[in-house]
Amino acid sequence: MKFLLLQNYPGTENVEPMANWPAEDVEAHLKFQNELNRRLTELGELIDVQSLTGPDLAKFVTSDGVGATVVTDGPFPEFKELLAGYRIIDVESEARAIEIAEQVSAAPGPGGRPLRQPIEVRQVRGCVSAGS
Amino acid sequence: MSHATRLEELLRELAPQVLGVLIHRTGDFDTAEDAVQEASLAAALHWPRDGIPDSPRSWLIQTAMRKMTDQIRSSRARRRREQEVARLEPPAAEVPGHDDTLTLLFLCCHPTLTPASAIALTLRAIAGLTTAQIARAFLVPENTMGQRISRAKQRLKASDVPFTMPTGEDHPQRLDSVLQVLYLLFNEGHTSSTGTGLHRADLSDEAIRLTRMPHSRLPDDSEVTGLLALMLLTDARRPARTGPNGELVPLDEQDRSRWNRPLITEGVALVTAAMSRGRICRYQLEASIAALHAQAPSARQTAWPQILAVYEALRRLSGNPIVTLNMAVAAAMVHGPAAGLTLLEPLDEQLGGHHRLDAVRGHLLEMLGDTHAAGTRYRAAADRTTSLPERRYLFAQAARLCG
Repeated sequence: MKFLLLQNYPGTENVEPMANWPAEDVEAHLKFQNELNRRLTELGELIDVQSLTGPDLAKFVTSDGVGATVVTDGPFPEFKELLAGYRIIDVESEARAIEIAEQVSAAPGPGGRPLRQPIEVRQVRGCVSAGS
Repeated sequence: MSHATRLEELLRELAPQVLGVLIHRTGDFDTAEDAVQEASLAAALHWPRDGIPDSPRSWLIQTAMRKMTDQIRSSRARRRREQEVARLEPPAAEVPGHDDTLTLLFLCCHPTLTPASAIALTLRAIAGLTTAQIARAFLVPENTMGQRISRAKQRLKASDVPFTMPTGEDHPQRLDSVLQVLYLLFNEGHTSSTGTGLHRADLSDEAIRLTRMPHSRLPDDSEVTGLLALMLLTDARRPARTGPNGELVPLDEQDRSRWNRPLITEGVALVTAAMSRGRICRYQLEASIAALHAQAPSARQTAWPQILAVYEALRRLSGNPIVTLNMAVAAAMVHGPAAGLTLLEPLDEQLGGHHRLDAVRGHLLEMLGDTHAAGTRYRAAADRTTSLPERRYLFAQAARLCG
């Protein structure tokens, strides 16, 4: 079963953007992410992991397919709503996907405290159908 | 068949046998696999030039043994090395024709492994697919699949699973686990559709090829025979299951002239033979339902009362709610849609939220003439399915009814 684990930018209340964290906390956070990715790869569960550029570079594109296209540039005041990165995993069960999401959510933030970032867990709708 | 293809086929058939012999002797899956790969490579180089040896199997075993001895000599500490080498001396010229492939299959499908790892390992060690091929078929990166396979091997090693055929009480449970892995593998291929799923159809072929193996070793086992028959009869419908744009075509609308007749003939013969042996089991019953469908000239002229009776037997045997779900369709064909809907009632608790419960309910409500309720059910099923082609199909059903 494939799942997409989504996390928003930075997503938690009362947490500064990462740019304002002490260097060693950023270091610890990235080390944690790398270590998690390494472990998931070793377990044969990681399909893809991507981190996105910051909300400053985000653009919103709106079009009705005929008239002029509207492109809105950042920065956006509501940047917590924006995607920061994702993982795609292939696991035996939803329970396992949730277990991985728990670990992602508890990634260390400033002062080494768990970020408790909400992780959106979504099953991927594949090209495979069941039955008939 | 070209010379090169024949050689490739021969190597594919012999490699798991040789691997079985080597694991038997050393208990080390990884080293044995490397050695078999090297030996196959050597064969691919030498045989076209020197001709295929009289006993290609012995040639491969001896070469692989030598490779493995070399490897252990060069990689292990001296003290342990000498003991191992003594144990690994290449065997005398002829290795008895004992076949370890079945033991290897039982090992790869050991219940200590998760189904996904067992499938990967079986495809690697017995079907002889490369890690890249397996990764492509399951749409995961090669590295991820490689890790999955190597972890499976480590797990077998750590659990100290002996390389012997399970005996006595263990046998039925271990065989069950083998058949389940093969069945899941078949479904991976069978239920695939177009787009990225296209090449996955090969997985059904692999599953059939792999199931023929235990069948040839255990021809009197009704479960093995039943599973092979079920696969053949289901696979026979493959050409008619999808339309030109990859859309799903349900059983009752399939163009039956496109069904694969030779597969049906073989499947029906197998299931008939299995039924005559008396013992009734799950795959055999599922195969006989598939056989009844396969022999029907049209959906209307299907032996629905017999199908319903087999479902009843299957339900008593397994208690699986999905069986009841399928049975409801047969019941509707025999006794009318209301009877089918009644059968579905107790399933809300067990299958609530499962898209197939909504889809079947939609189908039966439509038969009953309640198009509005049917459309709502189809739409709910479309929302919940994890399959894209199925979603498209269910939305089309909903649109047809609700406009």
